[in-house]
Amino acid sequence: MNYRTVLTICPYCGCGCGMYLPVLDGCLGRPIPDKTHPLSQGRLCIKGWSAHEHVASKDRLTKPLVKTQGEFKEVGWDAALDLVAARLLKIREQHGPDSLAFLCSAKCTNEENFLLQKFARAVIGTNNVDHCARL
Amino acid sequence: MTNSAPEIEDADCILVTGSNTSENHPLISSRILRAKRKGAKLIVVEPRRIHLARFADVYARQKPGTDVAWLNGLVHIILAEGWEDREFIAARTEGIARLREQVAGYPPARVEAITGISPAQLREIARLYASAARASIVYAMGITQHTHGTDNVLALANLAMLTGNIGKRSSGVNPLRGQNNVQGACDMGGLPNVLSGYQPVADPKVREKFEQAWGIEAAGGGSGSLPAKPGLTVVEMANAAAEGAVKGMYIMAENPILSDPDVNHAREALQNLEFLVVQDIFLTETAALADVVLPGSSFAERDGTVTSTDRSVQRMRRAIDPPGAARADWEIVCDVANRVQRNTQHATRGWNYTSPSQIMDEIARLTPSYGGMSYERLEREWLRWPCRSLDDPGTEFLHQGQFTRGRGLFTPVDYREPAEKIDEQYPFILTTGRIVFHYHTGTMTRRSPSLEREVHAGFVELNPDDAQQRGIRDGEMVTVASRRGKIEIKAQVTPTVSRGVVFIPFHFAESAANVLTTRALDPVAKIPEYKVCAVSVDRCQHPEVVMKCQV
Repeated sequence: MNYRTVLTICPYCGCGCGMYLPVLDGCLGRPIPDKTHPLSQGRLCIKGWSAHEHVASKDRLTKPLVKTQGEFKEVGWDAALDLVAARLLKIREQHGPDSLAFLCSAKCTNEENFLLQKFARAVIGTNNVDHCARL
Repeated sequence: MTNSAPEIEDADCILVTGSNTSENHPLISSRILRAKRKGAKLIVVEPRRIHLARFADVYARQKPGTDVAWLNGLVHIILAEGWEDREFIAARTEGIARLREQVAGYPPARVEAITGISPAQLREIARLYASAARASIVYAMGITQHTHGTDNVLALANLAMLTGNIGKRSSGVNPLRGQNNVQGACDMGGLPNVLSGYQPVADPKVREKFEQAWGIEAAGGGSGSLPAKPGLTVVEMANAAAEGAVKGMYIMAENPILSDPDVNHAREALQNLEFLVVQDIFLTETAALADVVLPGSSFAERDGTVTSTDRSVQRMRRAIDPPGAARADWEIVCDVANRVQRNTQHATRGWNYTSPSQIMDEIARLTPSYGGMSYERLEREWLRWPCRSLDDPGTEFLHQGQFTRGRGLFTPVDYREPAEKIDEQYPFILTTGRIVFHYHTGTMTRRSPSLEREVHAGFVELNPDDAQQRGIRDGEMVTVASRRGKIEIKAQVTPTVSRGVVFIPFHFAESAANVLTTRALDPVAKIPEYKVCAVSVDRCQHPEVVMKCQV
């Protein structure tokens, strides 16, 4: 039996409450609130207490999907990524960099957001970068 | 937030407006209630009689979309009574004369006519807020999601500066951000006009710094420089896609098909794209429209940092591996970037990161407000930006001693009506928002059995008088229609909303509130007016049910 707890942050609102995720033999359990967190001080709301539930949902995507003739087919990473790169480049060549637009994410990390806007600006060459902050 | 969240509990007066704090930021709302128990005065100004209103010393209910009027009215009363902080105004601000002149046009009687807030209540709010030693303003999207959202925020800033309630502990102007890293996504340059740390793309010096750091060269097919012209915001992207100006989109873990205003239009726009790639953990309404879907990581599988609403930068740590072939989102972006560059023989530097910690080091080098951040420090220290160097302990509250521009500028703003008015056909004002059990477009919470058990379907809050007049009973299905579309949804008859106002949470795809909302934008912030649009509410006409009754 392998049990450990990992300190992280609740995925929901901007409060940023602290929680430990218990992992028993690779399975995620119900979050345990972090008593030392300056804001949440050992408490969570009902969303925080239930934050582990969606992770194990049977709806999780586990393979890249490519749509052909209106239907999704599972493909390997190489095929999916090659297609993405080729299509983005083709659109840029034909219509210029500002014909592409990128949405970062308020659910992703700082590092991931930094990289996606760097990709849009430095590699593709457009400032069409936004996310759902206004929504 | 100008001030840190824990400071709220030591405020002497808290003005909550445009925020249903106990449902949407529960752990900040508990700090507000703790302040109240310690003797603070609580003012709630909200179109809906929210949970916090029960604990308020003053609860005032304004007509949706009239915030500039009552905020100017407060400034009017404070100046007329001489309750302003003259020392702070003289030492730290400029423009008071213009503000004084402009708010002369907002006497209490006029404010009541516009907002519905009585002169006695308005005076009491002004007195409580202005007489407190430390007064804190707490707001959220109820203030910003208007065609005059920027004006609303300026009016709040005027109020705080007028009473010296900024630049000190337990005061300030405190927007509550709605998502675990919406602050960070903004800080990192996930915006069309700025690079990380709000460095403008239009500034040549800023671009040069990033061009050098990223090794952007003219040779090999690259443009040789970073683009200088600010890009499109999210709603503008949808419009451009519909018009064919935007041909391809890359969407990382967002669901505009439910979160954009006027989603029928947003759907048509995305369907009009030549190519759409969506990176997400579920096949969302948006991902279903994609040509390629890339499986990313959930929060439990994530390593990195997020920035909370009070500017605290916090570590997220991977507890388990992503399922199947799903991968970390930062790795996916790196792979796409490398493949695009391989095909163009044009290389920018830094796409061979081996950990999120290396990315943070690059962020710190290029972003002054994150300059002192590192994973090593975050293991042992609590850091709020600005944190400019390794010996900078971070910043608990902003604007101490001086504002970013030097002196704080009072900006007079005038009341303007919302973009859409009610009429005979659409006689109700619709306002949208969230409930405590669900989150944004419900991608995660609606797949959480405990939360679905609490509330599993959308509803429209309707005042009992309006319900009676239309013969609508609690729990009955009704049709809510606007100029954009219509939905069928369960009526929840409740005095939480006033007559003429209805509320719908936007989490539920099967009765999506954003089918109804308008694409009208604030001219500066480009934020949609989710909080005011005109709708009709009627009993559902189901002929088959009528037939059964006749039998």
